[in-house]
Amino acid sequence: MERAVVCAGFGGQGVLLAGKILARAGMDAGLDVTWLPSYGPEMRGGTANCTVVLSDEPIGSPIGENPDVLLAMNGPSLDRFESRVAEGGAIVVNRSLIARDLTRKDVCGIFIAANDVARELGEPRVANMIALGAVVRALGILPLETVKKAMTVELGAKGRERLIALNQEALERGYAAAPPC
Amino acid sequence: MAERQLMTGNEAMAEAAIRAGLRAYFGYPITPQNEVLEYMAAHLPQAGGAFLQAESEVAAINMCYGAAAAGVRAMTSSSSPGVSLKMEGISYLAGADLPCVILNAARGGPGLGNIAPAQGDYFQATKGGGHGDYRLIVLAPSTGQEAAELAGLAFDLSDRYRVPALILADGMLGQMMEPVTLPPPRDPGTLPPKPWALTGAKGREPNLIASFALEPTVLREINVKRYARYREIEAREVRWEEVATEDAEVLLIAYGTMGRIAKTVVRRGRERGVKVGLLRPITLWPFPYAPIRTLAERVKAILTVELSAGQMWEDVRLAVEGRTATPFYGELGGVVPTPSDILQEVLRYA
Amino acid sequence: MPEAETMVKVFARPTSLNEKHFTYCPGCDHGLITRLVAGAIDKLGVQERTVFIAPVGCAVFAYEWFRCDGIQASHGRAAAVATGLKRANPDLVVISYQGDGDLAAIGTAETIHAANRGEAITVIFVNNQIYGMTGGQMAPTTLPGQRATSCPEGRDVATMGHPLPVAEMIATLAAPAYVTRQSLHDPRHVAQAAKAIEKALRYQVEGKGYSLVEILATCPTGWRMPPAVAHQHVADVVTGAFPLGDLVDRG
Repeated sequence: MERAVVCAGFGGQGVLLAGKILARAGMDAGLDVTWLPSYGPEMRGGTANCTVVLSDEPIGSPIGENPDVLLAMNGPSLDRFESRVAEGGAIVVNRSLIARDLTRKDVCGIFIAANDVARELGEPRVANMIALGAVVRALGILPLETVKKAMTVELGAKGRERLIALNQEALERGYAAAPPC
Repeated sequence: MAERQLMTGNEAMAEAAIRAGLRAYFGYPITPQNEVLEYMAAHLPQAGGAFLQAESEVAAINMCYGAAAAGVRAMTSSSSPGVSLKMEGISYLAGADLPCVILNAARGGPGLGNIAPAQGDYFQATKGGGHGDYRLIVLAPSTGQEAAELAGLAFDLSDRYRVPALILADGMLGQMMEPVTLPPPRDPGTLPPKPWALTGAKGREPNLIASFALEPTVLREINVKRYARYREIEAREVRWEEVATEDAEVLLIAYGTMGRIAKTVVRRGRERGVKVGLLRPITLWPFPYAPIRTLAERVKAILTVELSAGQMWEDVRLAVEGRTATPFYGELGGVVPTPSDILQEVLRYA
Repeated sequence: MPEAETMVKVFARPTSLNEKHFTYCPGCDHGLITRLVAGAIDKLGVQERTVFIAPVGCAVFAYEWFRCDGIQASHGRAAAVATGLKRANPDLVVISYQGDGDLAAIGTAETIHAANRGEAITVIFVNNQIYGMTGGQMAPTTLPGQRATSCPEGRDVATMGHPLPVAEMIATLAAPAYVTRQSLHDPRHVAQAAKAIEKALRYQVEGKGYSLVEILATCPTGWRMPPAVAHQHVADVVTGAFPLGDLVDRG
């Protein structure tokens, strides 16, 4: 079993952190994982992405040329990565920022208005966790509880109790909103 | 069992170096190795070592020269353009028989190039780079775990043979996060003594560290002695990994980041019934000439894959000496090929 | 023999120098400076803690003459090598001995940054305004109008720049404990230079930090002057361009 996930969005949307949490959860679940960042001068305001590979065997290529799940937090990310998603894979589309539908018919589209849900929760910054919840559901190999614990570790000292509770709720909302493909 | 930690390759190498008894680190910022410098700044002083951000890569390598002469485990890190600047100092380390570890998180070149992963520094690392007749022990990790292990090994080999060791990594390995099980910390007090070190001439004759001998016959003698150590390293320290080579018809040769990507190529190729195998050099110097030569007797082709225009390829051809076909596939400028790209190439020779 | 019993040895080879002969040209001040450094090591009793760093230049063999641990630095990098030694082992007494090409041309960056960090080292800067070892080329400290093999018509400051005032530059920094310029052109100045070198070394031993002793030295061969004339030239001309005295003393 080997799965690749690409998390992509604007710099500042927290896609690298979402990927790290996913990688840590995979490690905690006993898998081999790689987290490969890809960002250039566009760290502020441009696109950022990372690739997470999870496997029950040692991972060769960390590139994930045909990801099983794509998280597209903004339009440019969907444009750039949609064609690369594996057949039968899933794309989590942030409906708050992406109006268009998928061009692919052989993948499962999961539409979730991450920014709007985050605002409902009173914290716009947790949009990435809402989206990550949906990714975890689509991926289907990691228990949500493991991801929640990994999130707590990754937030580290910054993770004040209120923030952790909020992020946990965000993960749950995203997970619940994503229909199984 | 030691805990698995999620860390970047750069952090893994830095922490492993500290655990190997590193006591002096000197560096200068350059992407994509800044995490090493920053990790050392945060952690080495706590471990009782000296950390200093130098005014240049040139100064940093010469600080290493001083610290290594004082007898402590010394290290610097940089990325391609910065490693070029260190080359003079590396030649002096080699000429003075000083152990030292140099980490190159290589990037696209030549010149300023870019910050993407590349393997264009193979010649520089293995064939000289600096002036004069010398060798470096060159280790090429392909995963975070291996990076941590080779960081420790680099210090041991460098100390044992009094030859500087270079870890040739790349930006991808350096910035990628993976689970790493770190080796236990070692007490520098338990490391083998260095009677040649400059510790003050108390109760002994003065020790001198130099790479200078005006008299040709004297310099020849020094170099001949050093080359005897090089021959010993070639005999004892060649390291490599083979994957599915028993019945391979097409043999891939790749190191570092390309080495791990090639493992995926082997797996996918085998799934499709292609008899493809991999030989992954772990030491680039000494280079695994002998095992490649052995495999060259029975495979249809040896495909060298690099993030360069074909540098290690020259060593592969030296090993093969015409025994089989030796095609090459490379990417330039920091572009990393996918397993599919490479598998396409393998199929041409299967 | 009553006469013999009354004889007192008033001058001897410093114990931290060994028996090897210097390789300097006749009349060159390097030999004298080497002796003064050795005398300071003796006086402070730090021979068994000292590491002597030789530069690239006429003093390239200088580590050969001391009964101390020694190391050869690449051209210009002695201050960085000193930094590495001292940071790795703060108990060492580290002396960096450098000429003007080494310290003030190719090694300017290392010189300034080691001084600015206040590295606890002693730098002996031999300023003879010429590249001696390579055959008399222009140095960063060559005086305006002074001829050298690479400025046969004399140094033209319009195209070749002015003599670099190293001691003054270092003295602008906040960290150095002691910065001074000395000369050797007569016995009084030799005695003063000896005191300055000793103070610079003592400051290191006492943990006060970085010292630089710039010494105006002669190069009779490169200058094409007999030694006595060369010393007179220092007194009459060179000290005018490079004023003597302490610039910083934070002891």
